[in-house]
Amino acid sequence: MRAAIEVIGLRKRYGRTVALDGMSFTVLPGRVTGFVGPNGAGKSTTMRVILGLDAADEGSALIGGRPYRSLRAPLCQVGALLDAAALQPSRTARNHLLWLAHSQGLGARRVDEVIEQVGLGAVARRRAGGFSLGMRQRLGIAAALLGDPPVLLLDEPVNGLDPEGVVWIRGLLRSLAAEGRAVLVSSHLMSEMQDMADHLVVAGRGRVVEDTSVADLIAAASDGRVTLRTTARTEAMEALARAGATVAVQDRDTLTVSGLEAGRIVALLGANDVPFSEVAAHRASLEEAYMELTRDAVEFRATTPRDGTATS
Amino acid sequence: MTDPSTAMTDPTTGGRDGFPHLVRAEWTKFRTVRGWVAGMTLAVVLVVALGLLSAAGSHASCGMGGVETACTLTTGPGGEAVSDRFFFVHRRLDGDGSITVRVDSMTGQIRLPDASPGVRNVVAGVVPWAKAGIMVKDGVREGASYAAVMVTARHGVRMQHDFTEDVAGGSGGVSPGSPRWLRLTRSGGTLTGYESVDGRRWTVVGTARPAHLPATVEAGMFVASPGDLTVSRGDLGGASVQVRFTEATAVLDQVRVEGRAGGTWSHDDVGVAYEADGRTPHHPGRFTESGGAFAITGVGDVAPSVDGVRVESTLSGLVAGLVAVIVVAVLFVSAEHRRGLFRTTALAAPRRGRAFAAKAVVVGAVAFAAGLTAAALTVPLGARVLRANGNAVLPVSTFTELRVVAGVAALTAAVAVLALACGALVRRGAAAVTVVAGLVVVPHILATASVLPLSVARWLLRLTPAAGFAVQQSVPEYAQVLGYYSPQGGYYPLPPLAGLAVLCGYAALAAVLAAVRIRKGDA
Repeated sequence: MRAAIEVIGLRKRYGRTVALDGMSFTVLPGRVTGFVGPNGAGKSTTMRVILGLDAADEGSALIGGRPYRSLRAPLCQVGALLDAAALQPSRTARNHLLWLAHSQGLGARRVDEVIEQVGLGAVARRRAGGFSLGMRQRLGIAAALLGDPPVLLLDEPVNGLDPEGVVWIRGLLRSLAAEGRAVLVSSHLMSEMQDMADHLVVAGRGRVVEDTSVADLIAAASDGRVTLRTTARTEAMEALARAGATVAVQDRDTLTVSGLEAGRIVALLGANDVPFSEVAAHRASLEEAYMELTRDAVEFRATTPRDGTATS
Repeated sequence: MTDPSTAMTDPTTGGRDGFPHLVRAEWTKFRTVRGWVAGMTLAVVLVVALGLLSAAGSHASCGMGGVETACTLTTGPGGEAVSDRFFFVHRRLDGDGSITVRVDSMTGQIRLPDASPGVRNVVAGVVPWAKAGIMVKDGVREGASYAAVMVTARHGVRMQHDFTEDVAGGSGGVSPGSPRWLRLTRSGGTLTGYESVDGRRWTVVGTARPAHLPATVEAGMFVASPGDLTVSRGDLGGASVQVRFTEATAVLDQVRVEGRAGGTWSHDDVGVAYEADGRTPHHPGRFTESGGAFAITGVGDVAPSVDGVRVESTLSGLVAGLVAVIVVAVLFVSAEHRRGLFRTTALAAPRRGRAFAAKAVVVGAVAFAAGLTAAALTVPLGARVLRANGNAVLPVSTFTELRVVAGVAALTAAVAVLALACGALVRRGAAAVTVVAGLVVVPHILATASVLPLSVARWLLRLTPAAGFAVQQSVPEYAQVLGYYSPQGGYYPLPPLAGLAVLCGYAALAAVLAAVRIRKGDA
């Protein structure tokens, strides 16, 4: 499968600050690729280089094999949401999309379609200056969808959306990927990628820390532990230890079992008449997996006087 | 995903397929911000309203024999205002022929500013453009077509025709013992002027084809003496200009008319004004003849006139309108930088130089339309109001009026492009407006508000973008008319199109610098 986006060895410094330090990854069509990492990891800089806004000192970024700046009617090939606040306040939402459409040779009908698609039909003729952050995000997404592009890049699209909006955008991005588009979504919060991304590119300190599927990442972090809830703690511990498991007490009625899989534990407890209320394979959250991965890559910790304000 | 047909296109030298789309997008951007459209409309309203208000407040009347009348202007064959006052001793000439004369002397008197109030302070002397010579004219009506060859007091021999045309001949005046022979020959519609220092060896001064010369013309001797000009600088800048009475007396003899000359010598004090009684001539000319020598005294001038209101004086609101245009043009680009929209534009049009060019096209076209609307309304309507109020508005040809209107439109467009480019270079709205106003409006105000010495004012209007204001000048500076040609009076040091070219040069330079700045660097 031909990669929709190829990022090859990008390096960039701003003065003495290294923003990108050999960033390389590819984004394939047909799936949502999450681009995560702490603030300052180089996500936004990478996206700006991909989109031809910034020039890298070294390396290249290609879309469909070509640099962004060489694309004809680029919005029909790549849709991007970078800064939802970038609006002329006195221009209406519809007119904002209209000039973008005209720049690509598109007409007003396409504008009305995407406005309906993002749910802004009722406020299309209102001045964008009065929009909430969530409405601006929707308008930015409408702009990204305008040219019906096969590639989408969205920088922190969930920011400012209410829970309903978060659910909406998850569904939207998944359906866009299901149509065969390549979708790259950045976030500094791994939890936002839950139920949205198929694949993850984890960045830290200007390079890729991990490039993996979401399923593999969670499996690796889950470590085969099982949580057991039972009122007969002692009996359970004895029965499981005899079978060779390592058992740790978590609290009064909860045990953590390693070395045996959940089905075997249920069988053992049944054979020994040990009552239990729950046996659950421990599934690490994406957040935990992410913390594990980026432990070394986080540039600024809460203990440092400067909070993580340096954005890439 | 990659279209094989476009994959081979070199992105840096690619075709111009998308440029009309970019222009359309920039136009959509412009028209969808109400403030910008309102700003351009305000510019038009300012020019029209200020122009018509000042025209409506400008009243004038002229006295003619004690009766107040509207001021009228004498016009020449080309339609321009002329001064046609001189003493003419003439006879009829049918068809081809020639007239020859010797000019022996030129003397005169000049009234200087009164040393003690009310006491005339008259000295002997002649003003530089006092003139005596021979003329062929379509009758003695003021403003009629003519051709003449003459000796002047300070500007040598000249061949002039139809008021505006002037060709220099030999230098030097006449004095007793050093006369000058002059000859004017008619052949069909062409007149040739000759001069000679001895009456034997003749040199051609020039040829002329007056606009309207019938078969029968009046041919003869004339003398004129324009008023003396005194310019005094005021304490607080500015200048006061005085024109005072002069007269010149020339002695001409050895007059010879060849061809079918009819009648005897008759004389006319062409263009003389009358005292309040309507009968007594004011500063009359006169002549005496003795033994074939004519001593002719003349007052006035045969030349284009610049005394009157110019059509471009109705454009008094232009500077205010331009300030509005500058603000809108700067905001058109600086607002994008302020809001981060510049990045959105760069995404839609990654070849940023072309996007900027599209922006310049749109703001230039909008400003051109605004300037055209404003000038096309203000100049004709303002001139009509001025005339209705009794003002003597200097007539200009339709072509000149169109040039003034189109020139103001071009000036507005060039200023808008300059402002846009400065906005893209400076990126901060207030700073860019200050810079452009400092480049365009301030030099013009300083140069025309008479706070600067004349030479400094003229250099400002040559070197700064304010040179573009020259495009509105409807009446040219005439070399053969002594006048106070100052920017304050509406005279620019550069010709109209040259001044516009200076402004356009600045706009082009700024646009190129802005495009380079936009293409380089991160968005």
